[in-house]
Amino acid sequence: MAMTVHVDIVSAESEIFSGLAEMVVAPAELGDIGIMPRHAPLVTKLRPGEVRVTHPGGEEEAFYVSGGMIEVQPHVVTVLSDTALRAHDLDEAAAMAAKESAERALADRQADIDEAAARAQLAQAVAQLQALQRLRRKLPR
Amino acid sequence: MAGGKEIKTKIRSVQNTQKITRAMEMVAASKMRKAQERMQAARPYAVKIRNVIAHLAAAQAEYRHPFLVDREVRRVGYIVVSTDRGLCGGLNSNLFRALVQDIDKWRREGIEQDFCVIGSKGLGFLRRFGAKVVGHATHLGDTPSVEGLIGTVKVMLDAFSEGRIDRLYLVYNDFVNSMTQRPVIEQVVPTPASAEEEVKHHWDYIYEPEAKSVLDDLLVRYIESLVYQAVVENGASEQAARMVAMKAASDNAGNLIDQLELAYNKARQAAITQELSEIVGGAAALG
Repeated sequence: MAMTVHVDIVSAESEIFSGLAEMVVAPAELGDIGIMPRHAPLVTKLRPGEVRVTHPGGEEEAFYVSGGMIEVQPHVVTVLSDTALRAHDLDEAAAMAAKESAERALADRQADIDEAAARAQLAQAVAQLQALQRLRRKLPR
Repeated sequence: MAGGKEIKTKIRSVQNTQKITRAMEMVAASKMRKAQERMQAARPYAVKIRNVIAHLAAAQAEYRHPFLVDREVRRVGYIVVSTDRGLCGGLNSNLFRALVQDIDKWRREGIEQDFCVIGSKGLGFLRRFGAKVVGHATHLGDTPSVEGLIGTVKVMLDAFSEGRIDRLYLVYNDFVNSMTQRPVIEQVVPTPASAEEEVKHHWDYIYEPEAKSVLDDLLVRYIESLVYQAVVENGASEQAARMVAMKAASDNAGNLIDQLELAYNKARQAAITQELSEIVGGAAALG
């Protein structure tokens, strides 16, 4: 039997996946990384994209994440997935919105927020599309 | 028949109220179950992220993130989690009472406070209280998302990073079980030291791109997950408190109806007796 590593994919709102895998491929910030059992300990950020888990036996499953972190230890891989779109400008915008609603001031500050939101959404849409395409290719015709 | 009709109307009105409270009780019971599930679902993330942070903080002894360092307190911040709606018994008032006690303690030391509020009940209370509210999020609904909280949390974390507040507390109702909810005031930043956990291993992670930024991101997410957990927990408490309050209201309505029915029957009896004695009296007068 091939070596396996335990994989947990969790988001702040729920547990998404937990089980054994032969390999995990994740979209790290500095490029996609493939993780096999006994990988060196690693912590890195994730881009929006898909985390591909190869189950024991070679079957592959893809999980879409909109960013987050991955923590790797020799026998455990933990993906801390974000559920929300994250970008510096967007976080800034959310903070601004919270402040503004507290002040009940309705200053028109939409423009730069919209652009950041659009860019983040685009990145997410592209990643989702890729995940879809991969799924479609796998389906028997 | 003195007041018979009025009593009948009153009974009907109480019955209608009872129907409403009973329906609310059942709705709250089913919502509470769902909220409890959400509470369970959010736990693994917080546990995992706490482990990673504990390890990182221990492995990176030379780099102390500001969120982990205690400093002199000149001003404190609170994130207050309350409900959006009322009719949930003493849930909010108990929470606010605990909060006011805590605030008094700071006031005696001459330390001021900033507030971020989640839920409209808290906003109303703090506004009446004359507190300085710097941010708020309301109407998160029954299924709150982390997305809705990012802004509120960031307002407070920014204030902390910029030195406007030196400590951040999280105030919410802890869901003990469906009968008990406990107001909790918890220190979030600086994160209470988990230093007791000895690091037994002598390895360190590879960080990409670098330890500092990874730790930054992790800490922010950790605090967000704490706040999310508090919101979900408070949501479950709200439904539980509402369920209990509505059950009490339904029971009281039942008692009231019983009493009113008794009064109605007595009035009816009295009217019949009076009528009879009038007839008898009339007949006697004629004979």
